[in-house]
Amino acid sequence: MSNETQKRDFLDITGGWLHQLRGWIDARFPMSKLWNEQVAQYYAPKNFNFWYFFGSIALLILVNQVVTGIFLAMNYQPSASQAFASVQYIMRDVNWGWLIRYMHSVGASLFFVVVYLHMFRGVIYGSYKKPRELLWIFGMLIYVALMAEAFMGYLLPWGQMSYWGAQVITSLFGVIPGIGNSLMQWLRGDYAVSGITLNRFFALHIVAVPLVLIGLVLFHLIALHEVGSNNPDGVEIKKHKGPDGIPLDGIPFHPYYTIKDIVGVTVFLAIFAAIIFFSPGLHGLFLEPANFEPANPLKTPQDIHPLWYFGPFYAILRSIPNKALGIGAMGLAIVLLFLLPWIDRNPVKSIRYRGPLYRVLVGAFALTFIVLGYIGLQKATLFWAEIGQRVQELYFLFFVLSWVYTRPRTRGFLVGTFLAVMVIITLFDWLAWDPGIARLKLVSWLIPGVYCAIFLLLPAYFGKLLEPKPVPERVRFK
Amino acid sequence: MRKFLCVLALALISLPALAQDEGMTLQHANINLSNTASLQRGAKFFVNYCMGCHSARYVRYNRVGKDLGLTDVQLESYLMLAGGKASDTMVSAMPQADAKKWFGIPPPDLSLEAESRGTDWIYTYLQSFYLDPKSATGVNNVVFPHTAMPQVLWELQGTQKAIFTTVKNPDGSTYEVFNRFEQVTPGKLTPEQFDKADRDITNFLAYMGDPIAIKSRDLGLKVIGFLIVFFLFAYLLKREIWKKIH
Repeated sequence: MSNETQKRDFLDITGGWLHQLRGWIDARFPMSKLWNEQVAQYYAPKNFNFWYFFGSIALLILVNQVVTGIFLAMNYQPSASQAFASVQYIMRDVNWGWLIRYMHSVGASLFFVVVYLHMFRGVIYGSYKKPRELLWIFGMLIYVALMAEAFMGYLLPWGQMSYWGAQVITSLFGVIPGIGNSLMQWLRGDYAVSGITLNRFFALHIVAVPLVLIGLVLFHLIALHEVGSNNPDGVEIKKHKGPDGIPLDGIPFHPYYTIKDIVGVTVFLAIFAAIIFFSPGLHGLFLEPANFEPANPLKTPQDIHPLWYFGPFYAILRSIPNKALGIGAMGLAIVLLFLLPWIDRNPVKSIRYRGPLYRVLVGAFALTFIVLGYIGLQKATLFWAEIGQRVQELYFLFFVLSWVYTRPRTRGFLVGTFLAVMVIITLFDWLAWDPGIARLKLVSWLIPGVYCAIFLLLPAYFGKLLEPKPVPERVRFK
Repeated sequence: MRKFLCVLALALISLPALAQDEGMTLQHANINLSNTASLQRGAKFFVNYCMGCHSARYVRYNRVGKDLGLTDVQLESYLMLAGGKASDTMVSAMPQADAKKWFGIPPPDLSLEAESRGTDWIYTYLQSFYLDPKSATGVNNVVFPHTAMPQVLWELQGTQKAIFTTVKNPDGSTYEVFNRFEQVTPGKLTPEQFDKADRDITNFLAYMGDPIAIKSRDLGLKVIGFLIVFFLFAYLLKREIWKKIH
């Protein structure tokens, strides 16, 4: 305290009584202590780049969703007969209601954009690796809670896609053997999605899940501040401390990253505003045309699909002809993300030092995810089901390859893995053989074939492709 | 009944003879929400021709008046044909139960039609009625085959017939593909004038779908302008603070 009072700060402007107030509070509540420990004396690596903006932006969107959500709840009517009309009431009759609602609906989609970028950052710089496994797990739990939150929120406008989307997703629980049907009814509170479902989803959406989300975000931040931030070089700044015990490559979060994040947040807000004011529906991507029709339990839309952010998982679900297996694959796609810290155990964290082929692999994984998202929004045709199945194989192959790349492998191991993977894929094709699309199946076999050849056969003969570069002792800056 | 009709409609849409994907590509509506005169004309067409059966029950007269720059007197004499209060919503005088009896399906509310169908669909749909003696209403529609809606704008457009060409499948069976329209009797408006009227109606429906869109763009420019200025200051401050870091 004495050190700080000697420095002139903005509290001096008022002639000291704010200092007294701070002293009074600090004697009763650790305000200054918390601020210093978590912000002003939290040392973050100085080499954060573009990818490190998305954590703070995600937090900002969470606040945006909570605040706009409160105002929406003041005017929204959670009942099957009033819900749709009350949204139009908000859009047309409530002062600034349109802005509040567009901030909420566009915010929901951008939440996922930002969270996906934030997760991708974790993948490219190995931020999930020791000692940050729990940090990653909390992050994944936030992601799952966010999916639940978005799914339940999407029912509330009570449009056609709200209704039928909820109908399809809740019906997934019905395939669980034995308890499936009762579980599905328990979730819906009815035999089909109805006003009762709407009411409980409303309660969960505005109270239960947000509480869980905020709690998890707190845990995520506590874990982060315990282990310290990773950085684009993937080196631990705590290994090199000065005589004062402060990491040599660390800088206090405030003011350095608070001001940097303000710059990032401003750019984000400009994009956010551009969408809200110029194209809030983003050509059917953020607000689906079918959802401008009130829910009608007697009229099934020709094409049911969830909003874009569930696209990749929906594509995986749909591409497998067996419903139970499809749900299993979809669940596995998420579970594998949780397990990433134990699948990829390569000691080198950052993509910068892991050899050129790993860079290509991570790029291919991002592309796989985007393509799956695209397929998830297409009409359910045989062609897209088949392509979806192939791209889905690439999604799962990422995890196999991450495991293979954990340590240097012999040529025999790489070729053996290639053969094993291709035999398994061919076996699946043989089990699900359909003479009607034989040609498509044979040609599309090349998709995983070429992919595996690149990532398993190529390094078997050109070992350099996977050779890690030496990791520097200290972070690189400028 | 409604479900049956919907299933029937779906089945009919998928008939190759009337395949929507192949027969009629939607034409670009090319509307302009900032053209207030077009919106005013569209509103007038809407209350005169559409509101006999359709409502826009989320839209209030006085809001339309305010957004389209109409005085209260203009609002009452041109748009509020059935009287009532200016703060009323635009509800059709046709009772829903009767409408259902007459058309088999109650005419849908049009407040959000442009959002759910798209403006190109509306624009093309209104152009695409043709004489069909097999139909109960005497007309059919290329965009929405077997639509329950009669050709309400016949007085303006006149009547037209559709010419289909027969296409052979590889297996020898045939199906018909829409080719073009031919005018049978002229309407009050020339084809060019009717095209303009159609755009005006479509424009007004687009306005009703998202009434704030005509204003939010200007506000958006201001917000983004502010953020750009704020960005400059924030960026300069960031550079100043980060100077010490090497």
